Amino acid sequence: MALTPVKKQTPTFTASVSAAAGAFAGLFVGTAQGSGLLGIVVGALLMAILGFVSTGLIEKEKIVRAVVLVACGIAGFAIGGLPAGIIGALFGLFFGWFVFWLATGRYRSRLAPYLTSGQVLWHFTFRVICGVIFVFLITPILVVMPLSFNAQDFFTFTPEMLRFEAEGYSLKHYRDFFTSDQWQSALRNSLTIAPMATVLSVGFGTLAAIGLSQPHVPFRRAIMAILISPMIVPLIISAAGMYFFYSRIGLQGTYFGVVLAHAALGIPFVIITVTATLVGFDRSLTRAAANMGADPVTTFFKVQMPLILPGVISGGLFAFITSFDEVVVVLFVGSAGQKTLPWQMFTGLREQISPTILAVATILVVISICLLTTVEMLRRRSERLRGITPT
Amino acid sequence: MKFSKFSALAATTALCAPMAYADGHMSNELTLVSWGGAYQSSQHKAYVEPYLAMNPGLKVIWDESSAEAVAKLRAMNEAGNVTWDLVDAVASDSMRLCDEGLAEEIDHDNDLAAAPDGTSASDDFGALLVSDCFVPQIVYSTTFGYRTDLIDKPDSVCAIFDLDKYPGKRSLQKRPIDNMEWALYCDGVAKDDIYDTLSTPEGVDKALAKLDTIKDSVVWWSAGAETPQLLADGEVVMGSTYNGRLFSAIAEQNQPIGMLWDMQSFDLDGWVMPAGLPEDRKARAMDFLKFATDTQRLADQAKYISYGPARASSAPLVGKHAELGIDMAPHMPTDPANAGNVHVYDYEWWADNRDDLDGKFQAWLAK
Amino acid sequence: MSDTTNSGPVLAADGTPLKRSLARALRMQKIRALMLIAPLLLFVLLTFILPIADMLFRSVENQIVSETLPRTVVALADWDSESGEAPDEEVFTALAEDMKIAAEAKLHTRVGSRLNYENPGISSLFRKAGRKAKKWDIENDGPFKEKFLDIHKNWGSPDVWRTIQVYSPKLTNGYFLNAADMKKGADGAEWRPENEQIYWTLFIRTLIMSLAITTSCIILGYPVAWILANLPSRSANLLMILVLLPFWTSLLVRTSAWKVMLQQQGVINETLVWLGLVADDARLVMINNQFGTIVAMTHILLPFMILPMYSVMQTINPTYLRAAKSLGATNWTSFWRVYFPQSVPGIGAGSILVFILSIGYYITPELVGGTKGVFISNRIAFHISSSLNWGLAAALGTILLVVVLGLYWAYDKIVGIDNVKLG
Repeated sequence: MALTPVKKQTPTFTASVSAAAGAFAGLFVGTAQGSGLLGIVVGALLMAILGFVSTGLIEKEKIVRAVVLVACGIAGFAIGGLPAGIIGALFGLFFGWFVFWLATGRYRSRLAPYLTSGQVLWHFTFRVICGVIFVFLITPILVVMPLSFNAQDFFTFTPEMLRFEAEGYSLKHYRDFFTSDQWQSALRNSLTIAPMATVLSVGFGTLAAIGLSQPHVPFRRAIMAILISPMIVPLIISAAGMYFFYSRIGLQGTYFGVVLAHAALGIPFVIITVTATLVGFDRSLTRAAANMGADPVTTFFKVQMPLILPGVISGGLFAFITSFDEVVVVLFVGSAGQKTLPWQMFTGLREQISPTILAVATILVVISICLLTTVEMLRRRSERLRGITPT
Repeated sequence: MKFSKFSALAATTALCAPMAYADGHMSNELTLVSWGGAYQSSQHKAYVEPYLAMNPGLKVIWDESSAEAVAKLRAMNEAGNVTWDLVDAVASDSMRLCDEGLAEEIDHDNDLAAAPDGTSASDDFGALLVSDCFVPQIVYSTTFGYRTDLIDKPDSVCAIFDLDKYPGKRSLQKRPIDNMEWALYCDGVAKDDIYDTLSTPEGVDKALAKLDTIKDSVVWWSAGAETPQLLADGEVVMGSTYNGRLFSAIAEQNQPIGMLWDMQSFDLDGWVMPAGLPEDRKARAMDFLKFATDTQRLADQAKYISYGPARASSAPLVGKHAELGIDMAPHMPTDPANAGNVHVYDYEWWADNRDDLDGKFQAWLAK
Repeated sequence: MSDTTNSGPVLAADGTPLKRSLARALRMQKIRALMLIAPLLLFVLLTFILPIADMLFRSVENQIVSETLPRTVVALADWDSESGEAPDEEVFTALAEDMKIAAEAKLHTRVGSRLNYENPGISSLFRKAGRKAKKWDIENDGPFKEKFLDIHKNWGSPDVWRTIQVYSPKLTNGYFLNAADMKKGADGAEWRPENEQIYWTLFIRTLIMSLAITTSCIILGYPVAWILANLPSRSANLLMILVLLPFWTSLLVRTSAWKVMLQQQGVINETLVWLGLVADDARLVMINNQFGTIVAMTHILLPFMILPMYSVMQTINPTYLRAAKSLGATNWTSFWRVYFPQSVPGIGAGSILVFILSIGYYITPELVGGTKGVFISNRIAFHISSSLNWGLAAALGTILLVVVLGLYWAYDKIVGIDNVKLG
């Protein structure tokens, strides 16, 4: 859907903007090769020519882009071997797209027609800034994934890895994870403790959230404060307190103790998400159900539950991940029999250098992506049910 | 090393009902506490696997909590619910545990195996029996490793204070023990006078002033795995850590790292039995303890890790590395070639002054 | 509706006055709501609040001295600590008796370690005396003063006795004084020597660092929240996954990844050197200092900033901005005067959340903080698991908790705790 009619840009415009971008890229390539200034000039010149030429070749866009891609790849390879070649090809891919994006005027199609060119420039600068922040957000994951295939037992990018040689990579850390008794039992423990803690916090939490969202609740603020406190109290204090107290009543070092502790930590998330869902809940629906003769239990399961289910599930996922990623409390409250994945990772970091924890992290990231996609689909479903169509 | 959900549940049940086992019988569960990593796996291979072969019905559970052992034992004792059977602890911790009545006293001659030639256990361990509750297993040392490709070979511990000759960062443990002694030693204090000097406020200032000269070039570590990682990255050019970690980085990972044994700080690690175990568990733990600390077992452990066996009679039995096939004796901290100039730290002195000096050390660090 | 002219009370269907009937209905409603909340409230009170209260009580508890040395404490009550002399034989006899009983129960060294926190060296006095005291016969072996002095000359030091006297009450403020870099001197509280002062520095540093982390979270979070709120929901939800993904990746792994990124031989420095922007021998120091801590913690806490901001910004109608612009406002004015004020609640919510969470962090500062980037929580952890000074840990924890609860209260006042949304 184009808000603004697409119109071809002048060669001068395309050439000058691409030259600016080229100069910027040239600065980096230039300094790496010894002379920043030369890099700027060469980069600007090359891109200016490319920009100028491409406006005349709009019909042959695909061919020109392929040529740019290959040329940059080869240039990179000539400068610094395979890694630089790949970076060069990426540059080529980007610039090929960039010049035509400018030349065809496509960049304006989604923007309001009345924007000044300054506003358009700001619009895209802002997007670039946001892009950089998003990269910041996922940087650790980008680092962890390749390192988990490291053939060495250190958290280091070895020269072999950087040269993309096959012997620099290996699946041995994944093999370690799947064959080691310790990791497997840690995984089993995590998979036992986290769901039980989740069930506890979701069960109690949902009931309480429904109670809290009633119109007249005495001491609402105080109760809310107490229920949210596990999220607020510094973890080390919670851990120490639970440790002393649970030892005294014989819960320290038992499954039940760890489950209780994790359930307590997960409760604020359930309360927060479920009360948020209930804010948008139309109370007349329950009255209508009661009017039609449904008893409170039926009303709850047939009317209220399906509508707040997404909130409950997303709260449950937060509670699950709290338990699944929790190390401080389990370190104190648990003992050998309850060693969870994060605990095993902690020992891994402290007592031996093993990228196995990176392999585990990669696996967990993949699982997280699946879970997040599930949440997203559930949310769309809930919006459909409530009659809000996603735009 | 299986601790499935079932066995853990079974352990819990067993703990809740210790009376269920008739007296005189040995418990079928054994919870051992250790440090994790390569060290724990060497214990598993040298002690636990042969013991399991002799006692088929037994379940051994490892708990990697030695770092928090004293705190956890104290809390367990407060609560009257001790879930551990044997704890691997360093000598100073064992003394604290013994002092506080948290550890069982052991009659070394009666409870432990004699050497093959009949020497009694207490003579075989000799001076290493630093506490009545402690059965030493290994002698380890905190010593320095350096990058052979980045700096010249240092031959004295004072190289850490010589930024001109050995430029680059160093890693030191984030605690006063050892560092204060090295600082005074390199500041010209005679080895025998170190603790006398450190007992005075001026001595403490002197040590901190010496450390101050390299403060900006130090990366402080708190976990044993950090220095090998930092050395492998080239992040530091030299750093202190436990000698076994350096051995594995050098011999098993083929890193360009060399050992600096000068003024290595000797320390002991061994078993401690929590006080107040029920009879059946105590009997089992004693039986295991006797087996695991006999001459052959201690020598066997040295096949997997480069820590010196605590018994004099084990030393001649130390052989080759189980996988690499290299001779282990030259890699032991106790080997005469390595033990020319060693630092033996004063447990008693540190027990008294640890809290005080730690406060000063941390205040200095934070400045 | 009937056009009745009755002036009596309005009646409900069953004939009771409507007012009373409504009041009963309201009461029923309240009770029902409380019944729903009760299980969780009980659960949290038992599994969480009680343990914490119990832990915090340790910060004033000091029964160990009077319980282990009951006779000594009584005998010592009359001793004048200003006299400059050790107490007389009566006190030593009481101590001998207490020590004998304590040593048989192996409790004497616990008192020793307790008092050693206040006066280094006492630990070994008790250890040595206990060893001898086990063999004493209290009736016949006196006088004990000489015997104690034989064991160690410091038994004659008034300073040691003053410590025992000062710490004999069942409750003490000693841990709190310690937590504020003070100690119980001869005339009440006094500052510790400067080379032992650490906690004020750490508290202030923790606050400043948390503030820096919060600020950088605002700066990085605001544009992201804005773009999430203004993109069509399908693309926004996809980008949301990028925000939530790190949130769901193990904290330990993220921290180690930052180590790999930031160290001097790390990814960023290598890239900068390769690009020629930084000389090989002048690599940037970005880890084991405050910078590293701020970067890693900002990354870890950023989602907690973005999510509340996002949920507030979603409710801001974009037409307001367009209206402002069509009325002639510049881009900046329309943002600053129209959009920004409406997004302030989101900033407030996110900031206080991030601030509270960062104050209590300890694993990340431990791993990347070096010496200048450690927080007060690191010391609490140290005192819990390493130095075993649990009373001091509890006192530090109490102070930290009071600060956090104060912020929490402010949060509730300014934003309202109901307005936190996660995703």
